[in-house]
Amino acid sequence: MTIAETDFVPTDVARGRGGGGPAPTRTVVAYGFWIFLLSDFILFSGLFATYAVLSDQTAGGPTGAELFNLRNVFIETMCLLLSSYSCGIGALAAERRHIDYFYVTAVFTFLLGAAFLFIEFSEFAGMINAGAGPWRSAFLSAFFTLVGTHGAHVTLGLLWFIYMIAQVFVKGLRPHVLRRLLCFSLFWHALDIVWIGVLTLVYLMGAR
Amino acid sequence: MLGRLSWDAIPFNEPIPLVAGAVVVLVILAVLAFITVKGWWPYLWREWLTSVDHKRIGVMYMTLGLVMLLRGYSDAIMMRTQQAIAVGDAQGYLPPDHYDQIFSAHGTIMIFFVAMPLVIGLMNFVVPLQLGVRDVAFPVLNSVSFWLTASGALLINMSLVIGNFARTGWWNYPPLSELAFSPDVGVDYYLWSLQISGIGTLMTGVNFVSTILKLRAPGMTYFRMPVFCWTALASNMLIVAAFPVLTATFAMLLLDRYLGMHFFTNDFGGNQMMYANLFWAWGHPEVYILILPAFGVYSEVIATFSGKGLFSYRSMVLATLGICVLSFMVWLHHFFTMGAGADVNAFFGIMSSIIGVPTGVKIFNWLFTMYRGRIVFTAPVLWSVGFMVTFVIGGLTGVLLAVPPVDFILHNSAFLVAHFHNVIIGGVVFAVFAGYQYWFPKVFGFTLDDRWGKASFWCWLIGFYLAFTPLYILGLMGMTRRLQHIPDPSWQPLLLVAELGAVVIFLGVLCTIVQLYVSIRTREQRRDLTGDPWNGRTLEWSTTSPPPAYNFAVLPSVETIDAFWEMKRRGRTPVEPHYEPIEVPRNSPTGFIIAFFAVVTGFSLIWHIWWLVILGLLAAAITIMAFGWSENREREIAVSEVARVEQARLGARGRA
Repeated sequence: MTIAETDFVPTDVARGRGGGGPAPTRTVVAYGFWIFLLSDFILFSGLFATYAVLSDQTAGGPTGAELFNLRNVFIETMCLLLSSYSCGIGALAAERRHIDYFYVTAVFTFLLGAAFLFIEFSEFAGMINAGAGPWRSAFLSAFFTLVGTHGAHVTLGLLWFIYMIAQVFVKGLRPHVLRRLLCFSLFWHALDIVWIGVLTLVYLMGAR
Repeated sequence: MLGRLSWDAIPFNEPIPLVAGAVVVLVILAVLAFITVKGWWPYLWREWLTSVDHKRIGVMYMTLGLVMLLRGYSDAIMMRTQQAIAVGDAQGYLPPDHYDQIFSAHGTIMIFFVAMPLVIGLMNFVVPLQLGVRDVAFPVLNSVSFWLTASGALLINMSLVIGNFARTGWWNYPPLSELAFSPDVGVDYYLWSLQISGIGTLMTGVNFVSTILKLRAPGMTYFRMPVFCWTALASNMLIVAAFPVLTATFAMLLLDRYLGMHFFTNDFGGNQMMYANLFWAWGHPEVYILILPAFGVYSEVIATFSGKGLFSYRSMVLATLGICVLSFMVWLHHFFTMGAGADVNAFFGIMSSIIGVPTGVKIFNWLFTMYRGRIVFTAPVLWSVGFMVTFVIGGLTGVLLAVPPVDFILHNSAFLVAHFHNVIIGGVVFAVFAGYQYWFPKVFGFTLDDRWGKASFWCWLIGFYLAFTPLYILGLMGMTRRLQHIPDPSWQPLLLVAELGAVVIFLGVLCTIVQLYVSIRTREQRRDLTGDPWNGRTLEWSTTSPPPAYNFAVLPSVETIDAFWEMKRRGRTPVEPHYEPIEVPRNSPTGFIIAFFAVVTGFSLIWHIWWLVILGLLAAAITIMAFGWSENREREIAVSEVARVEQARLGARGRA
């Protein structure tokens, strides 16, 4: 039995006016987590807005065109997107209770995410060593904060993922573990959406 | 080892904060000692501190809000007294440094730790009951939210004794709040206490949006929800959409202060107006986060005590959602003087005036609900009528301020101070008192004394007009806000009247305390055995007072709006209900423990005690992981137990 079937809502009560009574736990958990992710997007929107306003304020320091290396950014982006793809396959495997496939995809998801972080950290380290740290100008403050907040989310996501794999390993793919995995994959895909914004606004528009 | 913390942090040379702090510490110690002597700790821990029951959490929120109201009021009366006496040659009793901390603390505490907990407390208690369900979507998260709010309140009050508070006003504008101009811990107290409590508030928003949209009794379609639930939904959607902006803004200011970045500094390309814009992109929705649930309270109170359904329910819902959307399009009216130009100012001025339209719709709906109703003039109704008159005045002065040329003159004047107190006291505070007396019997099983409630209302109403009408006039006479010294002696008579008003408001606070005391003393005569003391209309009145832990033994089946009224009209069917085992969430200390480490982390961040920051964060992370591993989060109440409780409750109701 797949998860979709366990949460079957009878059609006579599900008419879109919300009269069907309390929703099943899986729906409530995923829905609540989506609302949280929306709030996270709004947090990022504050950082995006600030970056957009401050991106010209280089205070005599280096500009984006001098600092950004689009080849690295392309590799970085592919790592993150493939990590999400792998995470999606893993979610399907988990739902069908194919635990071995889940572990295989988990390894890919984690390694690709870690590769993304590694490239980001080396970019940051290179910039700081070259005297372009976040304290150099308002532009760099906004850059490090926006990209770094995304990176911090990826870092937390990877830690969370290790914790989830441990839960799968110890408890198996039980309903409450599946619910938490569902939240994790929502989170992982949401970070892609934010990254697409970063890629466009910061790197593609900034490298010109 | 202890970062910036040393004995210099205790203000031994400033008697006022030292004595005030000592008194507060003594009172807290006395309360703790009393609890220890009485042996109440196990009970408190089991039934309250670790409770995840939305009703208990609601009561704790309200308690926090009322205690903080006393703190915020103390700041207010100190400011009023200073302004009343520091005229001409007299310097008053508060030096500028201390006065600046007081007005900053007053605003911060009143918004974040009085108004928010009171409103969220009401929503916590009422919303699941009105929806006819057993708890919120995420009960443990709810407890975490409350305890994080309490942590923020604790941190901000610590600044009274250890170190000092910000002197930057409640919006904490840079560059004054930057390290260059505020190098000590005051601004850090402000930022960290609001970051911590802000996370709690955001979680409340997520929780209640999920609850209202996904957990309702069978048959309760969207357009059968009580209006209070609609307003709670709108308010929590605003929390989800606005609070992250505040978190991001404060995070940027913290990065400026802790890591030397340049978001809002004067040099290296920083831009202070970015802070102002972001702050008010949160700040304007925030006032609707507070006022929309207040509108919901009035709707419930007026409909119930008029014995009629609410006039034009659908227009009420649409007006609520309209305000919800419009509230994001007006933020710039907080700084028309930024220099954005005539076109931008005109747009925001017009949008600000347009918000008056849905609000006007609401006022007319309440009036038409009362028209030809059988009105019972209880204290909650008095609060509601007092609100309608007062809020309309506040709204009109708001429309005045929304006209940019007028705003250029009145900006940052006492007129503005009078305006926002007019809408927040006349709107939010009145609603909280109306809701407090209206739902009190549902919470504790006995009604509050109505005469003392009315006395409190009249003191607040008269006190409010005495305190703030003079400020309108003074603003027009040219008095700016936040003056530690009054240069023009001709302002003094009006300032003395305002001082008198503040004293009369205090009498209102006293009446509320006496009301509670008297009502508890005479509670046996005031027992509400029916569960429905006001002849109510919505589902919370269909269960007993106080409700059992699981709220409803059998989830009610909803067929109309005003579901309970309709059930009563059709006559209750005396069938033997078919009970089933009920799952309720288990108590959890997670919220309390996380909050404890949040205080430790926040305090050590403020004082730069880095090793303790790491320890606190690690401990909080371990707590979260321990909770994340757990599975038996519900306990089951057996059928026999449900039947026993239900028979006792229904028996008591039958005898009534």
